[in-house]
Amino acid sequence: MKPIQSKEEYQEYVDQKTPNSPIAKNCFNAFWVGGVICAIGQIIFEICKTRGLDETNSYTIVSMLLVFFSAFLTGLNIFNKIGKFAGAGSLVPITGFANSIVSPAMEYKSEGYVMGVGAKMFTVAGPVLVYGISSSIIIGIIYIIFNTQSLTLI
Amino acid sequence: MKKIGEQSYFLQKPVNICGASAIVGPKEKEGPLHSYFDQCLEDEFWGEKSWESAESKFVKETTNMAISKSGIAVNQIDFCLAGDLLNQCIASSFGLRESNIPYFGLFGACSTFVESLILGSCLIDGDFATNVLCASSSHFCSAEKQFRFPLELGNQRPPSSQWTVTGSGATILTKDGTGPFITGFTPGKIVDMGIKDANNMGAAMAGAAEDTLIRHFKDTGTKPSDYDAIFTGDLGYIGKDILIDLASSKGYNIKSNYTDCGVMIFDKEKQDTHSGGSGCGCVASVFCGYIYKMLQKKEYKKVLLIATGALMNSTSSQQGESIPGIAHAVSIKI
Repeated sequence: MKPIQSKEEYQEYVDQKTPNSPIAKNCFNAFWVGGVICAIGQIIFEICKTRGLDETNSYTIVSMLLVFFSAFLTGLNIFNKIGKFAGAGSLVPITGFANSIVSPAMEYKSEGYVMGVGAKMFTVAGPVLVYGISSSIIIGIIYIIFNTQSLTLI
Repeated sequence: MKKIGEQSYFLQKPVNICGASAIVGPKEKEGPLHSYFDQCLEDEFWGEKSWESAESKFVKETTNMAISKSGIAVNQIDFCLAGDLLNQCIASSFGLRESNIPYFGLFGACSTFVESLILGSCLIDGDFATNVLCASSSHFCSAEKQFRFPLELGNQRPPSSQWTVTGSGATILTKDGTGPFITGFTPGKIVDMGIKDANNMGAAMAGAAEDTLIRHFKDTGTKPSDYDAIFTGDLGYIGKDILIDLASSKGYNIKSNYTDCGVMIFDKEKQDTHSGGSGCGCVASVFCGYIYKMLQKKEYKKVLLIATGALMNSTSSQQGESIPGIAHAVSIKI
């Protein structure tokens, strides 16, 4: 190998030396695990409906149960293994959101309930909330401006 | 003058290393070097309430073990030089707060252990001390908490990421003794290769390792084959490969007798540690556990130990700064 002269040359060399993440495998695992999680949600939804709940309440029950299971498995040191295997497959559904709140809460319990659990609970989920809520407000304003039909309804 | 060449030094009276002790965690227990460590723990908490206090306990117990192994009375130890990765080096200072030994806290990221050996040698060679205690530690859980994400978060690590070693190494440097001895050292300069990816520390530090290694050879007039083995601290698989390439581009072939402590401590395939081990505890526990025992058994007669450190924190990497590296080398012989 010839001596490396510049930082750019070194970066190029490092990129070529560094193995990439196994994208095909990661996508496949994310696809089927994510699919299974959504199928479980659908099953819970159907059960609720056959038991006589309306659609809105059934969706709420689905979210509650998935959040509960995700939080529970996080506490049992199982969800991080699922997440490592499935990546976005378990991260994107509501299960990932629950995990991102429960895991720092567990991590920072040693700093107490106020400055530890309370203050650090949203370190991972915080950005999702900030930008999720912000973008929904912006979309809402756009909706009000352009959807004249809804304005007449108000 | 003890300086040779640009930045290397030799000790007219070599400094003796004794009482080397290493305590590691459960993951290191499953690794290939487990039988060399003095104690392997089953529990990362070690009965403590937090990972930070567990790491302090690592320091406390390892230094106590080193002191009792060396047979030197605590009041005969003039200085203690120690460091770790936690903010403000609390693992070391809390672990040593009951030791009653004058203390200097060091930070050289993962190069801290060799930094302490070099400074300890200087204190002894300069007649400021007869016995100096050197120690460093790291803990996977406390390091993840400080630098990355909560442990229970279900995320994926890229293949270039490294696994912080849970462990601590401590040793005592003395003026007189039967060896192994520190015969010289080459302190490293800060070298920034412009790498910004905090998940590729090996690549960020390899440039510093190369700089110190080549400087050492040039200053001392030695060549790779003069050493039975050359060890770097925690470059991992990727950094190790890069260092071999960088050294060969400068005309030094280190392929046959060089390896990395981060490569040795874990079994990459079975333990899913990606690019290998890292952390202050990596080079400290591998030196005090494995390399020191191999020197005692005379399996190695002369080794070069180069500890590598990435001088960054989580704020600097969030601000998009590149990662400066450092590497300190000591040559040790029996």
